Amino acid sequence: MLLIDCPYCGKRPELEFSYGGQAHLARPSRPSELDDQAWAEFLYMRTNTKGVYAERWRHARGCGRFFNALRDTTTDHFLAFYKTGETRPTCPAAAAVTGAAPSGLAGERTP
Amino acid sequence: MSRQSFSGLSLIWRSFSKHASWQKQWRKATPKARYDAIIVGGGGHGLGAAYYLAKEHGLTNIAVLEKGWIGGGNTGRNTTIIRSNYLFNESAALYDHSVKLWENLSQVLNYNVMFSPRGVMMLAHTVHDIQVFKRHVHANRCNGVDNEWLEPEQAKEFCPPLNIKDNIRYPVLGAALQRRGGTARHDAVAWGYARAADALGVDIIENCEVTGIRRDAGGAVEAVETSRGVIQTRKVGVSAAGHSSVIMAMAGVHVPLESYPLQALVSEPVKPIFPCVVMSNTIHAYISQSDKGELVIGAGTDAYTSYTQRGALHVNTHTLDAICELFPNFRRLRMMRNWGGIVDVTPDRSPIIAKTPVPGLYLNCGWGTGGFKATPGAAHVFAWTIARDQPHPINAPFTIERFRDGYLIDEAAAAAVAH
Repeated sequence: MLLIDCPYCGKRPELEFSYGGQAHLARPSRPSELDDQAWAEFLYMRTNTKGVYAERWRHARGCGRFFNALRDTTTDHFLAFYKTGETRPTCPAAAAVTGAAPSGLAGERTP
Repeated sequence: MSRQSFSGLSLIWRSFSKHASWQKQWRKATPKARYDAIIVGGGGHGLGAAYYLAKEHGLTNIAVLEKGWIGGGNTGRNTTIIRSNYLFNESAALYDHSVKLWENLSQVLNYNVMFSPRGVMMLAHTVHDIQVFKRHVHANRCNGVDNEWLEPEQAKEFCPPLNIKDNIRYPVLGAALQRRGGTARHDAVAWGYARAADALGVDIIENCEVTGIRRDAGGAVEAVETSRGVIQTRKVGVSAAGHSSVIMAMAGVHVPLESYPLQALVSEPVKPIFPCVVMSNTIHAYISQSDKGELVIGAGTDAYTSYTQRGALHVNTHTLDAICELFPNFRRLRMMRNWGGIVDVTPDRSPIIAKTPVPGLYLNCGWGTGGFKATPGAAHVFAWTIARDQPHPINAPFTIERFRDGYLIDEAAAAAVAH
């Protein structure tokens, strides 16, 4: 079981949290201008990164708030926790990891 | 190499030489410089595709590349349940195609895959379950797929260990039974396909990890880079389960997949006690008994994406809670092993078996938590797709573009399993 460090409450077991998937996915600001391919990218395409992955967690059975985390999906070790709205921390370990999905997806934009 | 045939007679004959005369079931191939087609991933799906390419489409100068050992991924990690009682027409056609191939697979491959159509029973615990399962029963019948509704007493008759008393948190209110469903020996499926493909000239290359896909000026596939060198080929079929999106990224193709750990566990072996397969998606229990006597129990996926091939213990205990309520006489059984595999999940929980935007690159992925049952059928239509550069009518709806065009095959709510 993961030990998750909620930025508001501290370290708690995974059971208190629900998973929110890939972080930093911004809803398109002008939805009516998107074509089908762009919508599909926003709705369905995820980087599914093998390596350091920015993801959302929600402290559902605690404070109830969303926050972000960096986790290495090849080891399940967390590298950082940060509040929603903060920029993704730069992480020295990230450079060493290979096999990550390509950048440039709609989902890679940081709001 | 002349292929040794397996039969009762050959077993007796070889016993005279104390079984020392058996040959290896497939060659240890080394990569050639060029192949007509390459399959990435040596699980049941990949090996099966290679077999059907050689057998039905005459492509024998082909190779299967496996980064580990064959059948060591999800083929060797699943709970071997086979069924085809899916709701939608597209899914029913695909999975039933597979069940029909399962029925003769041992004879076709001359390899005992131990297909055992012992019946798959799915339990209903709520009014909603009853309505959904009855809808499934009717939809399946319209598609020629057997499925029948059982009252709790009939379910108990079919599976005597089942507790149908109302003293549990979610009492059994009925069940849907597919009698043609069952189990098979998962390792034997990989080995049987490998042996049959090898006999037709297919190179099965283990410990060979694909590290890149090269494309020519027109964008088409021209070679794969591997840990054992560059191999030229114009056709690549990717059948890499949890790593499908990683492989596809090498060719610049985005796929709507997320990879999650899925766990399973087995008990200590006991005498035959469990006659069928029982699934309960509402309280999350999947259980059958292997021929070795172990109770084979499927747990759920972990909440988060991962490539670690392991998950958390609470996922297993959640399933065991349900098992102990449904089958109280298993409460004192000890669990012997648990493990995880990485499953690739699509947004609509239906697979992708399709051509990709890259010429010469084909994809069979997105099987999520239920790919084993589809092994022969998926391999068969995938081979067709690779050989003819166009989909078989059965897999034509299972494209990547369906997510753009809105033609989802939305088994997420309909597949009768919890995802």
